[in-house]
Amino acid sequence: MPLYQKAAILTIRLGILGIVFSILIGLICSFALYYQIPIVKRIVAIYIEISRNTPLLVQLFFIYYGLPKIGIPTNAEICGIAGLSFLGGSYMSEAFRSGLEAVDKVQLESAQSLGMNRFQTMRYVILPQAVSISIPAFMANVIFLLKETSVFSAVSLMDLMFTTKDLIGLYYKTTESLFLLVVFYLIILLPISIFGSLLERRVRYAGFGD
Amino acid sequence: MAEELLTIEHLTKQYGENVILDDVSLTVHKGEVIVVVGSSGCGKSTLLRCINALESIQGGEICLRGEKIEQEGKNITVLRQKIGMVFQCYELFPHLTVLNNILLAPVKVQKRREEEVKAEAFELLKRVGLEDKANSYPRQLSGGQKQRIAIVRALCMHPEILLFDEVTAALDPEMVREVLDVILELAEQGRTMIIVTHEMQFAKAVADRIIFIDDGKIIENSKPEQFFSHPETERAKQFLNMFEYKRK
Repeated sequence: MPLYQKAAILTIRLGILGIVFSILIGLICSFALYYQIPIVKRIVAIYIEISRNTPLLVQLFFIYYGLPKIGIPTNAEICGIAGLSFLGGSYMSEAFRSGLEAVDKVQLESAQSLGMNRFQTMRYVILPQAVSISIPAFMANVIFLLKETSVFSAVSLMDLMFTTKDLIGLYYKTTESLFLLVVFYLIILLPISIFGSLLERRVRYAGFGD
Repeated sequence: MAEELLTIEHLTKQYGENVILDDVSLTVHKGEVIVVVGSSGCGKSTLLRCINALESIQGGEICLRGEKIEQEGKNITVLRQKIGMVFQCYELFPHLTVLNNILLAPVKVQKRREEEVKAEAFELLKRVGLEDKANSYPRQLSGGQKQRIAIVRALCMHPEILLFDEVTAALDPEMVREVLDVILELAEQGRTMIIVTHEMQFAKAVADRIIFIDDGKIIENSKPEQFFSHPETERAKQFLNMFEYKRK
């Protein structure tokens, strides 16, 4: 049990850090796409395609074994976070972008016609609406990314998956270990999932006033 | 004659090869109410959108009190504050209450004191008969109410000129009336306005001048009495006949 706890904390810690960086990358990328910034938007598009169309495991190996080869020292934890952010960034970017684009064009124009500059238009008119539209996709991504941390065991991070495999190897109690694994993932993810649906409902009400 | 507020000179607007507005010139004097009519797709909405720099223009220039209105101009946001615009579709911000819709731009853009704007907003809401809706969300309002709020929102910016882009086109017939009454009241207060509409009765009642646009060109520019009884061009006659229902 204590081993599982430790592993769960590692999973959560790396997961959260990865998600925070994913959000940052996602925001930057979605703005680049939304404002159609030349060149940058091409780079972002390429990044998104690469990141979404390769498995996390492959990305992780690439970072873990590849970076030291070209002289950048890494450790497993940083690799895990970097890998998760690399994958999550593109998913978050797509979630935010779809939110931004779902805001009607007349909203942008009426904000402009009131004399708002680009920043004010984004801050007070577009973003609040985009966020409430993006919440379901955003929460799905958070859960997806936390689950993806199970791949970290491949670069010998002591996460839940790795600990379980270890314990199975040591004690041969396969069923019990796997059962605990499932329970711990549920303990982490169920509250997030429930919080997510509450948030969705709240934002929807706040957004459109029923 | 009153002073010239808005001048449009040789305005040309194209989408690629497609010419939408072709050498349009128009002068609007302070306090004047101009109604722009014409068949769908003739470029009347585009004209309004150009005045508010929501469209790029390919030729000519538009000036408000001698200041050039350009899409990429440095002071475009300042100029747009002086030009109020109400659109055909409801453009209220759905995530904000009616009151916050009205307050947003005066407080955040013009940096005016919130209490002062609030007092003015309630004053205007009362005038359009909607002061009890201040804390509602746009979705809870009818189309006519939304349009009246949109007019109040534009007025709160203290614009020098108001543009109305077919503001009743998407409304049920009963709601058209309440919105037109508000606009008529503004006209009586001496506001400068350019109104695009398909409501000919209303146009006749409110306009100081009627502009008839066909195929991107202004082909008539006359007093309403003259335009409706003795249109100069064949095209205008045809257009006006469309509004008469007679058995053949």
